[in-house]
Amino acid sequence: MNFQTFIFYVFAAILIFAALRVVTTRNPVHAALWLVLCFFTAAGIWLLLQAEFLAIVLVLVYVGAVMVLFLFVVMMLDVNFDSLRSKFRSYVPVGATVGALVLLEMALVVIGSSVAGDAAPPAPVGRNTKALGRLIYVDYVYAFEIAAVVLLVAIIAAIALTHRGRRESKYQDPGRQVKVRRQDRVRLLDLPAETKGE
Amino acid sequence: MEVLAPVANWLGPLWVVVWTLVKIVAIAIPLILTVAYLTLAERKVIGYMQVRIGPNRVGPFGLLQPFADVAKLLFKEIIVPSGANRYLFFVAPLLAIGPALAAWAVIPFTDTLVLSNIDAGLLYVLALTSVGVYGIILAGWASNSKYAFLGAMRSAAQIISYEIAMGFALVGVLMCASSLNLSEIVRGQEGGAAYWYVWPLLPLFIVYFVAGLAETNRHPFDMAEGESEIVAGFHVEYSGVAFAVFFLAEYMNMILIAAMTAIMFLGGWLAPWPLLNEARVFGIALFGDGFLWIALKMSFVLLCFLWVRATFPRYRYDQIMRLGWKVFIPVTLVWIVFLGAMMQTRWASFFH
Repeated sequence: MNFQTFIFYVFAAILIFAALRVVTTRNPVHAALWLVLCFFTAAGIWLLLQAEFLAIVLVLVYVGAVMVLFLFVVMMLDVNFDSLRSKFRSYVPVGATVGALVLLEMALVVIGSSVAGDAAPPAPVGRNTKALGRLIYVDYVYAFEIAAVVLLVAIIAAIALTHRGRRESKYQDPGRQVKVRRQDRVRLLDLPAETKGE
Repeated sequence: MEVLAPVANWLGPLWVVVWTLVKIVAIAIPLILTVAYLTLAERKVIGYMQVRIGPNRVGPFGLLQPFADVAKLLFKEIIVPSGANRYLFFVAPLLAIGPALAAWAVIPFTDTLVLSNIDAGLLYVLALTSVGVYGIILAGWASNSKYAFLGAMRSAAQIISYEIAMGFALVGVLMCASSLNLSEIVRGQEGGAAYWYVWPLLPLFIVYFVAGLAETNRHPFDMAEGESEIVAGFHVEYSGVAFAVFFLAEYMNMILIAAMTAIMFLGGWLAPWPLLNEARVFGIALFGDGFLWIALKMSFVLLCFLWVRATFPRYRYDQIMRLGWKVFIPVTLVWIVFLGAMMQTRWASFFH
């Protein structure tokens, strides 16, 4: 076992432990922090594959932005996890099915690639970012653009669904105040005068 | 290096670890000393700007003041608030200072003086500065205090908002340099002050500097602390060394932003006039290997940080958000498109 394999197993062990803690810990804030640790170790494993661009972007996007918002919401909402956990049993069959499917798919991929011979494509040495950029913006540019449009639609839909319209505030408009004329506000009525003694 | 060869032979494969540790210490110790004197400089500069003298009692011209402060903080008691999450309360300062230190691994001080010359250096720094926010959020949450929690929430929203503008400013730099490697970015600015990226990227430079102020929770964006509103924000419950660690992290991040500004926009270790690099007295380079230049540029940016603090009143929270989302992000997006368009014209050489 060389040094890289050793590091891989250390990272994998940390990743699995942290992933288990995400679902077993009682405190939602702790769960979110274990998930952060998961992302970090996953980024470390990607670095072992010399995919430094992907690894750093994983940290930048998921750890630096998504999980911060996650924590933000978890801290603000004060989720009562015990009441959520009470339905744990009823969700077990669904969760087990999904988990088994994911496991099966991963096993198929792993077995398929090992049958096909060379397990991993030769990692691009150096200039990882440039290779990735060429793939995204030259070879697969249409798929990339479609994904971008789908994301844009999702953003607009999310805003449209949650947008409640402007709240009407009762502020004064000086322009309209100045434009007011006397005849708009005051009306003189010509009432017949009552005379005494009739 | 030949002097150390016997030691290297004796240690064998461990030598790499030991030598890297020595290099890390050689960066970290001067950095911490710089933080110490940056705090003194801050108090002195703001003092003079407000027609005061600033600290002048400990040592000549107050030069020993930072060490007196450190001694005071070291001997203070650390108080854990009741109902606080003890574990996260103590982890939070470490999460703040860890990324602040780790980001220095890829900063090139001169052509050869860099701990780790990795290809994605620019992204690495951006990723680590964005991780620093965890220290602040967890400090606010674990303290079990309303003020601290408000400070943490403000800080989280603010840092995420300004990170986007900051990232777009960096996109402009990497379009000009066509590399993410910080040393390559500096080399792309060779030829004197007229070739520095600050000129073709002037709007991005301004956005980066102001977003840097916001990212480090400095005035006028220090909503996370906001003394007049929420006492001291996220670190209101921290005392002694735990507070000192937050302080250290904030100032290290300031120096980091200054270093990044110098490297990306002001030509890093390059002299403003290339001939100055050739100036020699008795065969020795008059201005060294360029460290002097990057130090001068960083000092200037840091002076601007202090200057801004002495000049501007604090922003209101909704104004900060408006500035970030409705001014900075559109400005950077427009400039990136403009940059890309100009690179296709015959003036392209001006933008490289």
